[in-house]
Order: sequence, then structure tokens, then C-alpha cells
Amino acid sequence: MTALSSSLGQGAYSTLPATFTEKLSKWLHWPLAVAAMLAALYFVFVVYSTGQAAWAVGLLTLFTAGFYIYLSRGGFAWRYLFPGVAGMLVFIAFPLVYTAQIGFTNYSSTHLLSESRVREYLLEQHDAVEDQVLAYSLHASGAEYRLVLKADSEAAPRWVSPSLALRAGKELRIDVAAADAATAPADAALPLPDLIKHRDALAKLVLVLPDKSELRYLGLREFGPIKPQWTANADQSLTRNADGAVFKANRDTGFFESTSGEVLQPGVKAFIGVANYTRMLFDAEFRGPFLSIFSWTVVFSALTVIFATAIGMLFAVMLNWEGMKYRTTYRTLLFLPYAVPGFISILVFKGLFNQNFGEINAILDALFGVKPAWFADPFLAKTMLVIVNVWLGYPYVMILCSGLLKSIPADLYEASALAGASPATNFFKITAPLIIKPLAPLLVSAFAFNFNNFVLIALLTDGRPDFLSTKLPAGQTDILVSYTYRIAFKDSGSDFGLAAAISTLIFFLVAALSLINLRLSAKAQK
Amino acid sequence: MAIVLGKQARWRTFAAHAVMWVFIAITLFPLLAVVSISLRPGNFATGSLIPTEISLEHWKLALGIPYQAADGSLVQPPFPVLTWLWNSIKIATASAFLIVAISTSAAFAFARMKFRFDKPVLNGMLLLQMFPPVLALVAIFAIFETIGNYVPALGVETHAGLVLAYLGGIATHVWTIKGYFETIPVEIEENAKVDGATHWQAFSRVLLPMAIPILMVVFVLAFIGTIIEYPVASILLREEGNLTLAVGSKYFLHDQRFLWGDFAAAAVLSGLPITLVFLLAQRWIVSGLTAGGVKG
Repeated sequence: MTALSSSLGQGAYSTLPATFTEKLSKWLHWPLAVAAMLAALYFVFVVYSTGQAAWAVGLLTLFTAGFYIYLSRGGFAWRYLFPGVAGMLVFIAFPLVYTAQIGFTNYSSTHLLSESRVREYLLEQHDAVEDQVLAYSLHASGAEYRLVLKADSEAAPRWVSPSLALRAGKELRIDVAAADAATAPADAALPLPDLIKHRDALAKLVLVLPDKSELRYLGLREFGPIKPQWTANADQSLTRNADGAVFKANRDTGFFESTSGEVLQPGVKAFIGVANYTRMLFDAEFRGPFLSIFSWTVVFSALTVIFATAIGMLFAVMLNWEGMKYRTTYRTLLFLPYAVPGFISILVFKGLFNQNFGEINAILDALFGVKPAWFADPFLAKTMLVIVNVWLGYPYVMILCSGLLKSIPADLYEASALAGASPATNFFKITAPLIIKPLAPLLVSAFAFNFNNFVLIALLTDGRPDFLSTKLPAGQTDILVSYTYRIAFKDSGSDFGLAAAISTLIFFLVAALSLINLRLSAKAQK
Repeated sequence: MAIVLGKQARWRTFAAHAVMWVFIAITLFPLLAVVSISLRPGNFATGSLIPTEISLEHWKLALGIPYQAADGSLVQPPFPVLTWLWNSIKIATASAFLIVAISTSAAFAFARMKFRFDKPVLNGMLLLQMFPPVLALVAIFAIFETIGNYVPALGVETHAGLVLAYLGGIATHVWTIKGYFETIPVEIEENAKVDGATHWQAFSRVLLPMAIPILMVVFVLAFIGTIIEYPVASILLREEGNLTLAVGSKYFLHDQRFLWGDFAAAAVLSGLPITLVFLLAQRWIVSGLTAGGVKG
């Protein structure tokens, strides 16, 4: 019945017969869909087979959602939404969750690999069997080469290989034969520089002696048998072959440890609970700089917003004044700091504030005979950051206020003019009370933006000058985000776990600010 | 407002203009200084705002042309500025196109369709946008390193990977386009459907052509937004020839190698076009700022 009605519908409403491309797409629809599904499944399988189960599950979910949305008849709106929502989930929501998760681990440059990868790494470590090492030399044999093994470089040849092309590639097993006068190569051994050229190919050779023992490449002079340093045990621990000591992964410290307390490198990436957070609160050496960075972040954002608002509002009011000529020109010129790309204007200020050949110190020197050290003195560096940030930020407030001022009815000012009120009274009694409500949520967002104003700090001071004598390098002008960047990406150690924990803390602050913002804008709408 | 102006008002006007002039001078000083510095010979020259001696050495270096110094030696350009500019334009164009495409289709769903959870999804997207990517740099880096293990073309140190990273930031654009779609009467599309257009045809042949102005505005906004983006680009791109302008410019002003004059020329060269585009688009950007802000 449904088939009948749909075919009737087709007949009743479509006047054109299906075109060639329409037919083609109908025919190709399912084969292509199935091919895409198989490709997606294969990709998920590849990811899974490399041991990344969590990633494979996430990928599978994403693909399933995609195929369901585009192949099923329901969920029509989601066909339009899927790319955007997927983009936001994968590149904004997922990084936030992932960061929070990293915050509970010891992930850092010393704890980079998972436990199973560390175990694999250790099991790959081998030692040469010292007393069975043989010296070797390489001899040209036409276009190919032959390897001759001897007890030491002076001794007579003991074993000799067949002719080898020596191309680097897969591991190659070669049977070697006992050397005698007839088989020994006539040419002289290759000198060291030529030997180095064949190093990669030689490293792939496994020489098999007639008694089936194997010799491997040990360096530019020696081949020899090797034995593994470690033996895997059933309970995931490792036994050191040299002395029989047993090492177990200690998930609290993030290292493989023996019963006697010996610790192995490399470290293991492990879940360490709230250790990163307790460090922020209770580790005195860390807490000191952390708290001063935190308070500077708040002071910096607050001062910026206060000054930018004061200046921006002043100019908005002046530009709104009809007695003022050339208002459009003034507005465009005052808007310029917002139009110039931030990374350029911040770097321009970095040059202008330079102590020795910056223009600002040249002017100050000419006027007052002083040359302040803007980048070396903590207080001056902070002052400079606020000055530059206000320069960058006031046009935004100015534009916002200009928009809001237009909505104030003119008769209010006419009434106050009749009453003989001064401009100051006008501003404080009429203008300010009327625009503060819609402006407040925007100022909270401005505060939140400056709280995370990484670009300014990174490009202008890079957090310097640094605190003296701190265990983790920290800068006096660092704000929280630039501090996490520094912990994660710049100084040695790369403590991703700690950086992620601080970032998680910032998430909560940003969320709180957003909440305040929503409350205030709801109020403004009333 | 017709009011008789007294003597006091004339003084007030004069004072207002004076304050304006002083402040405009402060505002413009850095921008004029950098133009002047780009024309001065040498990297350490100080002097008046109007250069007494004009030298094009920094401009030559910024354009990638080696320059013959006074002592006869050939000065090579310190950094590939034009390559960086090209990288920036390439990445910003690709990102802006994709951002416009996916935010338009999402905005269409929000503006024209009824589906379950439409409000929570939109609010959720706007809320997520409040967390800047700079807070999750560690995770973003780890994600792209993992992606690179399987699809090297999208990993760390690739431009395609960076473009992909920018595709998350679409919520405000969706909001802007949705607002514009809602001003277009839905009856026009319904007429098209009565005439036999499919859903997709009504969207692509009827609604989209009418929305071209807002799509261009969003394109410009997305373009500028990506071209000035620093944090994500700075962790995903590290090799000199790969950098974008926003990441690379920093290297001109290294403490040990302070190429002030060379930087000034590069800054003017790259900053001027972006500034002009921004000023031209100013009208829409401003209306977007206030509109988006009040609605939260």
C-alpha cells in the first residue's frame, strides 16, 4: 500500500522523468554507502589493533551516528546539523573532557608511555653476549658485498657470507659458511667511511651459523649473539635476566619498581587521582607562585575591564554628542586598535617599549631623563601589560556603548537641560544607570576573555620576569593560561598532568563567569 | 535637540575636541611609529616620526628580496614572510569556507525545522563556545598527535590538521546566520516546495541565494578570526616554513636577535590588508557584536 501510494505520488506530481544522474545516484546509493561503511569499519579496526581501544570506540560511535543520520529516514534535521555538532563535540567538548581526564594523571615527558608500551619497550632491550662477539669486515664482490667474520680483526677468517646486495629494508636471515682459502674474498676490506654507508642494511642482517645460533649487528666492527635483558612474567611483572630481580609497575609512583625499591626508566603514564590538585593547595613551593599568579590574573582582568570601560564609555558619550563635529572620522580613528590584528599590535608595543631603542623610552628620556626597564621590573611589566591591553580593548567597549546610547530616549536629556543639569549630572543620573544593565553581561564576558588572554602575555612578556628560586619556572606576569602553557609546552619536564589540572580549575571559573553572564543578561532583557 | 548654546558650551566643545585629539594621537602613535620605523635604515635606529632618511631595506627583506648592505655584503631575508602570509591566507580561506558551509547548514536546521532537543542543542553549542580552545591546548595537541598516527595528512605540523581544529568554533556564526534566516519569510520556500522542490532544493536554490550577504559577512569574520588565531596554531605548527604569520611574527623580536626594522616592514605589509578588510566589514561586525551580546 505504501509503495503504491508513493508511486502514485510520483506520477501525480513529478512532471519530468528521472534524469540520467538521478538514476545513476539511485543505483549507486547503496553500493557506495556499503563501501563507505566497510572503509570506516576497517579504519576503526586499524585503530583498535594498535591498542587504542578508547579511540576506536569513540570513532565507531561517530561513524555510527553519521551513517544512521544520513541513511535512515528519520532525524531529517540532523542531516543539516551533524557536521556542525560533530565539529563542536570533537574539537571543543572532547578536548575539555580529555583535559579534565589528563588532570588526574601524571602524564608528562618522564611518564609518556602507557604501562603496556613501557613493558614492550623493556622487552625489546637486548645485551650482547660478550665472549661470543665476532669482528667482521665487508668485501666488495662485483656489485655486491660479502661479509667475513673472524674472532678479532687480526685473526684468520672464520665464517663468510654469500654475496649480498645490501639494500636496507626488511630483516634478512643469511646462512653463513665456514671460511677457507677457496671461499675467502680476494678484495681488501672496505674502509670505514664506505662501511658507514651500508650501516642501515647491515643492521637488518641476521647471520645464521651452521649450528643455528644467530648473530646480529652490534656496531661498525662487530656481530654477535644477543640475549634479552628482560623476561615477561604471567602476572605482568618483569624479571631482569642479569640478576633475577622482579620489577612491578607501581601505579602510585608511575614507575616499574623492584621489591628492593630500585626504579626503572622510562616512567609509566598512570592515574594518580587528585595529586595534581593537592599539589596546588598543599605543596608550599608550588602554592606560593601559583597563588600570586592567580591573584595577578584577577587583578589584570579587572584593571583592564575597568580602564577600558571608563575610556570607552567616555568616548562613546562624546561621540554621541551632537555638538561635536567630525564624529565619523573620530570614531573610525578610535576604532583602529580593534581593526589592527592583535598579534601585530602587541608585537609593535613589544618593540616600542624596548628599554634601549624603543620609541617610548626615547620620548621619556627626552622629557624626563628616565629609561624605565619595562621588561625587567615586575611592577613596570605589569603596568605595561595593562596599558597595552587597555589600548587594545577600549574600542570594543566604545562600540558597545555607542550602540546602547542610541536607545536612550532624547527627551530625557531635553528635560534635564530644562532643569539646567550639567553634563556630569546627565551622565551619572541618566546615561550610566540606563546603560549599565545591558552592559554588565558584556563586561563579564570581557573579564572572562581577559582572564584567558593568552595571546597578549605570550607575545608581549612571555610571563617574564620570572620568580626567583621556584622549583617550577613561573613568571611574575604569567596569567593562569600562560602558566599552564609554560608548564606543558615550554620548560623541560612538560608536566601535562599538572597543566591539565590547572586548566580544569579554569574551566570551573569560566563556567561560573558564564553563569553570572547569563543571569545578568536575563535581568537586562526584563 | 534645539537648545541655545552659551559661551560655556563653546568652551566645552573646544575641550572635547582637545581631549579627542590627544587621545587619537596616543592611539595612532604606535601605528604611525611602526610605518616610520619600517622606512628607517638599520634595526636600531631611533629618530623623528617623519623619517629624515628613507631606506627600503626592510621592505625588500620582507618581500623576500636580498638587500645589498652599505659595506657590500648581501643581507638575506631573516624569515620567509611571504610564505607565512601565503600559509595564513591558505588556512584562513579553507577554514572560512568550511565554517560557512557547516554553520549555514546547522543554522538552517535551527531556523526552519522542528526537532526534539533543538533548544538544548543550540544553548549547549553557545555555552561550549565560552570555553576558548586555549584552555585545552594539551588535549588538542594529544588529539592531533593521535590523528597523525593514523592519517599523517591531518596530524601535527600539517595545515589540513589546523583547518580541522578550527572547525569547532562555529556556534556564534550559527547564531548570526540563524538570526538572518529568521528574517526571510518561510512562505518563499514553501512556495518552492509546492512547485515540486525537495527540501534540499528549497534550501540550496531558494534560501541560500537570498542569504548571500550574511554568508559573506560570516566568511569575513571567520577569515579574520582564523588569520589572527595564535594559540592553537602555535602548538600544531613548529617548523619555520610551515608557520602562519601570527605564529611567525614573534620570531622577529627575539631577545637575542631583535630585528625591529625588519619586523616593522613585515607588520605593515601583512597588517594593512587585514585592517582594511576589517574596516570595510566594520558595519556588520559592529551590528553583530551588539546584537549577539545583548541576546547572550
